[in-house]
Amino acid sequence: MSATVAKPDQTEGLYDPKEPLNYINVQHTLKSWLLTGDHKRIAILYLIGITFFFFLGSIAAAMVRLELTSPHGVMLENDTYNKMFSAHGIIMIFLFLIPSIPATLGNFLVPIMIGARDLAFPRLNLMSWYLYMIAGAMILCAFFMGGVEAGWTFYTPYSSLAKSQVTLTLVGVFIGGFSSIFTGLNFIVTIHKMRAPGMGWFKMPLFIWAHYATSVIIMLGTPVVAITLLLVVLERAFNIGIFSPDNGGDPVLFQHMFWFYSHPAVYIMVLPGMGVVSELIANGSGKKIFGYDFVAYSSLAIAAIGFLVWGHHMFVAGQSMYQGVIFSLLSFVVAVPSAIKVFNWTATIYKGQVKLNTPMVYALGFMGLFVIGGLTGLYLSSMGTDVHLTATYFVVAHFHYVMVGGTVTAFLGGLHFWWPKMFGRMYPDTLGIVSAIMVFFGFNFTFFPQFIVGWMGMPRRYHYYYFAPEFQPYHLASSMGASFLAIGFALPACYLTWSIFKGRKVGPNPWGAKGLEWTTQSPPITTNFETMPTDIPEAYDFDSGIDDSEYDEIFGKPKESK
Amino acid sequence: MFNYPMAPEQASTFGAEHDFIFYLITILTVFFTVAVMVCVLYFAFKYRRGSKANRDNIVHHSQKLEIAWSMPPLILGLVIFGLSTSLFVKVRVPPKDAAEFFVVGKQWMWHIQHPSGIRENNTLTIPVGKPVKLTMISQDVIHAFYVPAFRTQYMVIPGRYTTMWFNPIKEGKYPIFCNMYCGTQHSEMGGYVYVVSQPEYAAFVARGGDKKKDHVQTLAEQGKSLFGGNTGSLNCVSCHGEKDTERGPSLSGIAGSMRKFADGQSALADDDYLRESIIAPEKRLTAGYEGTMPPDYKSQLSEEQIRHLIEYIKTLGVAKAAPVTPTTMPALSGGTSK
Repeated sequence: MSATVAKPDQTEGLYDPKEPLNYINVQHTLKSWLLTGDHKRIAILYLIGITFFFFLGSIAAAMVRLELTSPHGVMLENDTYNKMFSAHGIIMIFLFLIPSIPATLGNFLVPIMIGARDLAFPRLNLMSWYLYMIAGAMILCAFFMGGVEAGWTFYTPYSSLAKSQVTLTLVGVFIGGFSSIFTGLNFIVTIHKMRAPGMGWFKMPLFIWAHYATSVIIMLGTPVVAITLLLVVLERAFNIGIFSPDNGGDPVLFQHMFWFYSHPAVYIMVLPGMGVVSELIANGSGKKIFGYDFVAYSSLAIAAIGFLVWGHHMFVAGQSMYQGVIFSLLSFVVAVPSAIKVFNWTATIYKGQVKLNTPMVYALGFMGLFVIGGLTGLYLSSMGTDVHLTATYFVVAHFHYVMVGGTVTAFLGGLHFWWPKMFGRMYPDTLGIVSAIMVFFGFNFTFFPQFIVGWMGMPRRYHYYYFAPEFQPYHLASSMGASFLAIGFALPACYLTWSIFKGRKVGPNPWGAKGLEWTTQSPPITTNFETMPTDIPEAYDFDSGIDDSEYDEIFGKPKESK
Repeated sequence: MFNYPMAPEQASTFGAEHDFIFYLITILTVFFTVAVMVCVLYFAFKYRRGSKANRDNIVHHSQKLEIAWSMPPLILGLVIFGLSTSLFVKVRVPPKDAAEFFVVGKQWMWHIQHPSGIRENNTLTIPVGKPVKLTMISQDVIHAFYVPAFRTQYMVIPGRYTTMWFNPIKEGKYPIFCNMYCGTQHSEMGGYVYVVSQPEYAAFVARGGDKKKDHVQTLAEQGKSLFGGNTGSLNCVSCHGEKDTERGPSLSGIAGSMRKFADGQSALADDDYLRESIIAPEKRLTAGYEGTMPPDYKSQLSEEQIRHLIEYIKTLGVAKAAPVTPTTMPALSGGTSK
């Protein structure tokens, strides 16, 4: 432990009734939070924001699942149902999934992990949060002013013609785009310029590599979708023909421009999750990650190839057959780096010292769900089967496996892993494991039946299916699974909140983990480190010995067994 | 008890090949998921902290291993890519002898017209064992014509013809779904394909469909009466006669020919070009002509009527060398506007 921290605080502070100064208790006013430049405080602000929107998006999802229990719907009108699934998609994608890991865990950890005092542009970081909240407020306003029923994809010419609050929603999403551009810009500059002396590129934790790759995608992709959505707004406002064929536009052009961002956006959502899981697996196994540079480069490969596969959303959309062939081939290629990551994680666990705590259980769950999510992508990148499956519930199931099974599981795992660092307190681990298992099974109950019903031909975004009553048992199973999943999500919300006030206090390194963030006190001081770390070890340097003293104190020494 | 089907019916010639690829990928998915999960859980248990499992000779890096385990996903992926691309080409290229049906999608119904001129709404009656090609266009937003039992679908786009085809192998009633979100009644924009025996279909055509109209005209016949000089027609013939005149070029033999335009460019006169020339003639004027044709036919004509005119123009002689339909010219029906 050459990276120094304030020794007195670290040891005595644990038992001292008067807490040492940290980023939370340094100032107490609301103003000190709302005008902060501290990346850790902004991360907490973001955490509150995304939790709120996740809750709203879940309510919309619950309404959708309730309606689908019956082939005739239950209580909603068609238009209301359409607004519900649109609200679910728009909120979950733009206000939850895209900012989820980068803006909370990334914001909190990127500077600490590379040994910096803050991000490169603290005020830009705060600005990013305000833009996010303004975007959220506008999108919410749009819902309260009548809602939007164009779906989160806003396909033209439907969105050009729709009479609902499409314009306000699009402007909201446009502004939200700048929030993520600012975050990406901040990360890129910080990672390039502010690494501690001795923190070489290949000493960086894989979490940082993943966020670097994500930031590159954000910077290159988001402007394209921003201008695309702005063009729809202009078309709606001034009736200029860009996408609407009535005025000489081309509706399919929108799909090209939209997916040019929105397919890479999938990687914006899942790459940070992979970064989190690399940390969880390595630290949970007490072992250096297997094939560090392959895992790091695979993030960059995904970021690069991910930009060249957007056409696989459009195999049946009037795109030329030959174009489709190229997009299909590249889609198979982009699967390989993801497979490399999974194999490397598996090899990391091999001969490790596995601590089966909540974060590790989430990480193992992630691997199971992400493998299914990734492999079911093969059905859709393969054109012959995509012709049948595209836009059915098979696609819905596939991307929920990647987005919820992947990103949300990784987010929850990461949140549990760094929670004691963020708040200096531990939650009840047993409850954590129970919730992780509930999320895993609840998730499978919810989304596995959707593969089957999609394969049978159930189109997505359908309110009624009385003409195909054989779909009902699958929808019933899915809705029941969703209730189970909801409990799995509600549980952490309760015990994590409880732990902020009542949880057991922890020291700098409750998991016996490696990485600069575990060398500073929990919660860290505003400037992250008392003395800036120098002489940085390799990432996941468990070969130099594991300091499990604090872990043993919290979880008990392992019983000697076979 | 649970007596619900787990798979859709196989009712077209694509079914067997499609389902073979589907189940092949399913086997791969199950195999890899189980393999990874078994390894992960076994390792996590065996190497749990404090266990006495052998941890000698830990390796952190192996380029050989990385390359070795990248190969199976890549090779298997390429095999599936090959199989499924070959199926896709079959799905996208209709056979020459396919009967051409015309489909208009609009919020929220399907208008279908048989080659014989019979109209159906939300139903499509076709004979078993005969390839059917649909030429489709939307009147408003994007729809998609999807028949799960045939394992095929394609988007129905405003302002542009798209096509799909299938060859039913089994008599029966199969649902049609609109599979591109199109608004309020999207989920009810469906119907059924009725696949009947060939004699039954012949009888269906003979009695003029289910509507029992006195006389059913073919698409081209209806186009001719729109085109011609009788009352109620558009009187296109007054400018587009058998020979080129000062007012307009003759349309004989225009379909499928190369056209030279006033701005020096040229293009093949495919269905999309003919459609554009009817509703927006000023966009690509034939070389030697000024834009004297009235530009407001878009508001006067339904998509069906535009199609009737195109079918009639095709009967005025089709250039032999060049194909006419957009499917056989993927480059020209490409994604972005030209």
